[in-house]
Amino acid sequence: MEKQEILLSAQGIVKRYPGVVALDHVDLDFYKGEIHAICGENGAGKSTFIKVLTGAIQPDAGRIEMEGIHRDNYTPHEAMFNYGISAIYQEFYLIPALTIAENLFLGKEIMKNRLLDRKTMNSEAKALLLSLGVDLDPNRPVGSLSVAYQQIVEIAKSTYQNAKLIIMDEPSAPLTINEVDKLFNLVHTLKAKGITVIYISHRLTEIFELSDRVTVFRDGKKIVTMPTSSTTKNELIHIMVNRELSDTFPTRKGEIAEPILEVKNLSTAALLQDISFTLHKGEVLGFGGLVGAGRTELARAIYGADPITEGTILIKGKEMRIRHPKEAVAQRIGLIPEDRKQHGILSRLSVGENIAYSSFSKISRFCLIQMSLMNQSALKMVKMLRIITPNTHKRVQELSGGNQQKVVLARWLVSDCEIILFDEPTRGIDVGAKQEIYELIFELAAQGKAIILISSEMNELLGMSDRILVMHEGVITGELSRAEATQDKVLRLASGE
Amino acid sequence: MKIKTLEIPIKKFAILGVLCILIAFFSIVTESFLTTGNVLNIARQVSMLGISAVGMTCVILTSGIDISVGSVMGITNIVGALLMTKYGMPILPAALMTLVVAAAVGLVNGVFVSYIGVPALITTLAMMTLLRGLTYVLCDGLPVWGLPDSFRFLGQGYVGIIPVPVIIMFIIFIIGWVFLNRTKIGRYIYGLGGNREAVRLAGIRTKRVETGVFVISSFLSGLAGLIMLSRINTGQPKIGTAFEMDVITAVVLGGVSVAGGAGSLIGVLLGVFITGILSNGMILLDISEYYQQIIKGLVLLLAVTFDSLAKRKKS
Repeated sequence: MEKQEILLSAQGIVKRYPGVVALDHVDLDFYKGEIHAICGENGAGKSTFIKVLTGAIQPDAGRIEMEGIHRDNYTPHEAMFNYGISAIYQEFYLIPALTIAENLFLGKEIMKNRLLDRKTMNSEAKALLLSLGVDLDPNRPVGSLSVAYQQIVEIAKSTYQNAKLIIMDEPSAPLTINEVDKLFNLVHTLKAKGITVIYISHRLTEIFELSDRVTVFRDGKKIVTMPTSSTTKNELIHIMVNRELSDTFPTRKGEIAEPILEVKNLSTAALLQDISFTLHKGEVLGFGGLVGAGRTELARAIYGADPITEGTILIKGKEMRIRHPKEAVAQRIGLIPEDRKQHGILSRLSVGENIAYSSFSKISRFCLIQMSLMNQSALKMVKMLRIITPNTHKRVQELSGGNQQKVVLARWLVSDCEIILFDEPTRGIDVGAKQEIYELIFELAAQGKAIILISSEMNELLGMSDRILVMHEGVITGELSRAEATQDKVLRLASGE
Repeated sequence: MKIKTLEIPIKKFAILGVLCILIAFFSIVTESFLTTGNVLNIARQVSMLGISAVGMTCVILTSGIDISVGSVMGITNIVGALLMTKYGMPILPAALMTLVVAAAVGLVNGVFVSYIGVPALITTLAMMTLLRGLTYVLCDGLPVWGLPDSFRFLGQGYVGIIPVPVIIMFIIFIIGWVFLNRTKIGRYIYGLGGNREAVRLAGIRTKRVETGVFVISSFLSGLAGLIMLSRINTGQPKIGTAFEMDVITAVVLGGVSVAGGAGSLIGVLLGVFITGILSNGMILLDISEYYQQIIKGLVLLLAVTFDSLAKRKKS
């Protein structure tokens, strides 16, 4: 291969967040006019790295050179307009009510006699789009375009701004198969124009189809960069997940008994298709998959938080229609949401109130909440779940993340829930508290509660689950027993391979 | 963290401080301010404001707003008067029916806001205008005379030396406090302002609660309208014009966050008195109606500024 000219060089990039090193001395060079794929598990550090490149966050250490010139402390605005680094995110920054041309020239309008020169803008926009291989009427409002064409407009916008480096974060995720082909053509056109494309994707097939080189991130470190043609899918997966299973998990007690929840052919309008599975009493059923695979959506659909378009849910053998979380709670289903602060706790209310929130009726007399009863039951939970709080009157927002999570769990325990849906229960929680949550989950299972555990942490998923269902783009792609589950197998199913 | 626990009492003391300063100021600059007669007069004047403020507190706690309260007061004023005169209904059924009308208005507001999803500000703005027009239509724009004398007790009567409306206001505040702090619906109301989706995921029918607060607000404004009717013993279609301004000012001055989820009725009671004393003092000082409006506007702006600054400091 001929010697490549380096466009952007990142050296020794470090980014620390409280408790985690998101980027650990990352060195990475990008060549002019190459398609460079970046892959890695959720939380491997890809997004953080991209944000450093675009100037959205500042690294704690390290050096970035763009075209041989040292750049640091730049803003996304400077990155885009001065250095030619732009990013296409999954949400587009386009204004739906304006036309394609107006969006392309937003902030850089072409004027004639102090008025907008629509004619010139439209013809230039048309030419720009044609040079990218798309024939679109520049007068159409962006809002009337499909997601794929909006993406193209977004890309066209960055090329108009003289982008030399375009970063695409999961660009194919919202596209249909035909549209993905169009995207690939476009990426090749960009390459032909000498533009460097950083292509982030969970879809390994795309990486092999498209990219010249591929970089793997794992646990905040760059593991390897290599020519794509010199590797295989299996090798990539192996590099992505190859880590020691360090956490120790408590010993499993109790027995798996009869089915309690049966989901049959469940679909939703947005994502889920034909989901069927059975959950047993005393079982911990793990759900693996990548971000956006539909696991949270599934939990919400079962819980009645989002509408189901098709399919049935049987609880203890009886068909149930659950159309609101209230009905789920009545069926003794509890949800511990992924976004603890927004969807789980009621931050300004007390620990006691948070615990009693779904069962106030039980402790009310003549419509009045019996404060002594509320505090008694809350205290019992505080002791049982080892929630660290000076008293039950403390506002729950003043507790640590792990203790807040226990408060949400306590809410379902005082409501006598038999099925508990845990969505990423240990996210953002320190190691000690994680261990306690693991122990609690096993204790609950041993008591005969049925547990669904959605987790993006491989260790947790493998260490905790009796059985693992893996999802990919709204579909269950496979089931693994505890014995047969490995990191490789889960990731393969999660990538839809 | 320590600062945060101190913050709340300081906020309450601040309101109390403002109240004391206002009282001291008006006692010095006017002779008649701090007399038993004037104090009871102020209390009676603020009673309607206070009653309506309890309802407004419920709405604002859920992060909503109800600017139709003044028009509700106006229409109940006329409906009550017409029922008792033109339709010759006895006092009690007429009053109850008027309150039902008020609650129905709140139900419509609530359904539009929570089930249809129209922003509360727009819904209640439309309702405010619509009701005012309807009020004028109902009475042909003319005052309604000839109310029964015994109806005067509600607004003009005394128990001992305490005016009846003041007693009603305190009862409403006590019921309101118990409702907000000791019943499950009350706790849902507090939860809604902080985090709507979290409340829904806890298994609560949030739309019903949200509708309910508008019913409470309208109902209490209707009660205030009846008291007003009894006080002047005439149905006046323009009653309650700009009343929403005073109510919202009192609630926000009382420390209820416009973003919802935080605030207490004790603060609101203080806010009500501050608003009342300010109006009363300005009248005693013979400040013109025009300047009074300017001052009232400034006070509300100041109150929400403090609220917003406090929020910004937190984040």
